[in-house]
Amino acid sequence: MTVIASQDITSTFQNIKERALSRWQELWDGNKPVIMVSAATCGRSAGALEVLQTIKEELGKDQDGVRVIEVGCMGHCYAEPLVIIKKPGNPTVAYGYITPEKVKRLIQDYIRGGDISPEFALGALEENELLPSLYDLPRFKHEKYILLENIGRIDPEDIQHYIAKGGYEALAKALQMQPEDIIDEIRRSGLRGRGGAGFSTAQKWEVCRSSPGKTKYLICNADEGDPGAFMDRAILESDPHSVIEGMVIAAYTVGAQHGYIYVRAEYPLAVHRVEIALRQAQSLGLLGKNILGTSFSFDIKLFQGSGAFVCGEETALIASLEGKPGLPHHRPPFPAIKGLHGKPTVINNVKTLAYVPRIVRNGADWFSSIGTEKSKGTAVFALAGKVVNTGLTEVPMGTTLRQIIFDVGGGIPKGKRFKAVQIGGPSGGCLPESALDMPIDFDSLKQVGAMMGSGGMVVMDEDDCMVEVARYFLEFTQRESCGKCTMCRLGTRQMLAMLEDFTCGRGQMGDLDTLMELAEDVRIGSLCGLGRTSPNPVLTTLRYFRDEYKAHIEEKRCPALMCHDLIAYYILPEKCERSCDACVGTCTVEAISSNKKRIKVIDPAKCVKCGTCMTACPPQYNAVIKLSPPEKVLAAKD
Amino acid sequence: MQDTSTVPPISNAKIANTPEEQEDIRRRTKKVLRRFNKKRENLVPILQQVQDELGYLPREAQIEVAEYLKIPEVDVYGVVTFYNQFRLKPPGKHSVRVCLGTACHMKGGYILLDAWKRRLKIDRGETTTDREFDLDTVACVGCCAMAPVNVIDKKAEGRISPTRVDGILLAYKMEKEKKDKESK
Repeated sequence: MTVIASQDITSTFQNIKERALSRWQELWDGNKPVIMVSAATCGRSAGALEVLQTIKEELGKDQDGVRVIEVGCMGHCYAEPLVIIKKPGNPTVAYGYITPEKVKRLIQDYIRGGDISPEFALGALEENELLPSLYDLPRFKHEKYILLENIGRIDPEDIQHYIAKGGYEALAKALQMQPEDIIDEIRRSGLRGRGGAGFSTAQKWEVCRSSPGKTKYLICNADEGDPGAFMDRAILESDPHSVIEGMVIAAYTVGAQHGYIYVRAEYPLAVHRVEIALRQAQSLGLLGKNILGTSFSFDIKLFQGSGAFVCGEETALIASLEGKPGLPHHRPPFPAIKGLHGKPTVINNVKTLAYVPRIVRNGADWFSSIGTEKSKGTAVFALAGKVVNTGLTEVPMGTTLRQIIFDVGGGIPKGKRFKAVQIGGPSGGCLPESALDMPIDFDSLKQVGAMMGSGGMVVMDEDDCMVEVARYFLEFTQRESCGKCTMCRLGTRQMLAMLEDFTCGRGQMGDLDTLMELAEDVRIGSLCGLGRTSPNPVLTTLRYFRDEYKAHIEEKRCPALMCHDLIAYYILPEKCERSCDACVGTCTVEAISSNKKRIKVIDPAKCVKCGTCMTACPPQYNAVIKLSPPEKVLAAKD
Repeated sequence: MQDTSTVPPISNAKIANTPEEQEDIRRRTKKVLRRFNKKRENLVPILQQVQDELGYLPREAQIEVAEYLKIPEVDVYGVVTFYNQFRLKPPGKHSVRVCLGTACHMKGGYILLDAWKRRLKIDRGETTTDREFDLDTVACVGCCAMAPVNVIDKKAEGRISPTRVDGILLAYKMEKEKKDKESK
């Protein structure tokens, strides 16, 4: 590879950058207001598109010169739909929980009038004298944004925004470096793959680079199949260029000519935005033939995964790219030596690749100064479940679970008690309160039986049954098992049958030992990560919540009142208000009737246990309760 | 490969396709196939686009694809049945996808699945006999913060309850009645 003179790359890039900067300044420092609507998938499901439509209607055809931009997800999913308004002369403010009505008022009062409407504001995005800043919230003491620095703040469908924020600068720098030096930089930074296993990125690149052969491939693994994880989706939808830039740098380093982004088809918006981003990068000469005027060429194709969880495993992913069923195969040979079409192939996770430009730009020392001794940098988590501030967060490695769940996540809603946190999806585990003060990184999580996984974090409170959670995850892996290995195909089926017995009240004490034994066999007897880690949810719940298993087996009782077959709904006669018919009206199967005294009674034969009556019963009465085991209903009647 | 009489039926759709419909399926499949090179690695994208065109992957379409790529039919069938995205049954006019990701499950996704099953009188992976609705589950749509989520006609709706299921169905029913009236 002949490297052209550095000053040529620099000057080509400078031209691109200057144009982008002037575009950005015109937008951001101009004399017109800018409205940004957070319209990633999460925002859309909360109604962001209706808000956007209202804004456009309200502003009218010429929009009064106001610039309206669709941006990605800011990570504050709990407050969606979210709108950011920048009006010249005022601080930039983020408004949360926006409805079409509220946005109408914002336009009338703030855009047209002068009232900044603090009642709708989440906080300002910069220090000012009018409003408290969003960054004064306690959560920002713990958070450190590297991957999330741009999300929700730039238009993902406009490459100029990304460039104006310093994007593609690392590419220009990398193209002037020797590939060995880039690998060295990445090695010194201590970057480990963010797909879950935490393998050293530099080592992977090194192996692929030194493998013989002219044709090499680079694949971005965006097959984010873990239920409960959505970081990769948010990054692709909100800042796709950071991933593309990382891919081009990685390809230059390992000597790959062709790249693939393997995205789940369940993420249509991510697919759409990545397609746009690829086209734009190509048109500016940052991707494709002779990147930035050098002799280096690299193209990226987008490939849509078809909904098979096992395809997140790299050898299965390769099989899927080749047009075959996604069955994993034995490693070695590792893909870095013999991968796609038998050629050396590097597969990196979305987040790993998105770190690369930042490390090249800011240096290895900057990155390695963040995090713990063996796990460098930050960790991105998707907080979901029973937590107040659901959404994305990014914290340095070594932050404790308590800090993430209670300081960043705002704790458990409705004053309920924390019970467990599930980390790492179907391969991870459920950790109890006693693990909350452990600093988390790749290694500490493994020690307690969980794993980093791709970073989904689902918080559970006292109403969640741990046996049911274990059953749920096993049902998932059982269904997604590709069927290649006997232990994974049949062992998980037997384990699942036992857990189903527990949740239906048919379990026996001896089953617990058999379950442990089987779990161990499945772990040893499976080829890929899916099978090897599938017993983790069962093993961790058995380890930390054995009492609950016992209650299910010995007393046929679900302590959390969740297992469908072990509970019954009951209306307390002494609390039921006779003149109120709320439950009767909302019951979806007409299972509730009034008796002679006009006290409401549930017919257990008709009841489908959907819980609608419980929500419908006005809080001042609170007459609907759940009982476990269901026989208690009879006892209560007598 | 032309003789298909000995091959067991691969589509278990309740409503068999008429010869005219089969011809139409073949014609539309061929139209999609023209966009691709005859390479095995294009199999998954081809099937995705054929499904976009037809709504599902009937046997006739799978045979066309196999012939085009010069691979055995069973290889196509193997890929179709391996991946969750591909359907063997014709879809309904409206699609209902119940998210059963971790967060949705914990917040009652399974209760919603029950509610849909009860109302539509079909199981997951099936289509109502009037071909109005099809029901299926999805592993995770990535809107965990909005749990429980249902995706109805590609639009994700968050924080759904069993009563909302009834409301959605009522809205579709009213819309359909309105359309029927207008067309009369």
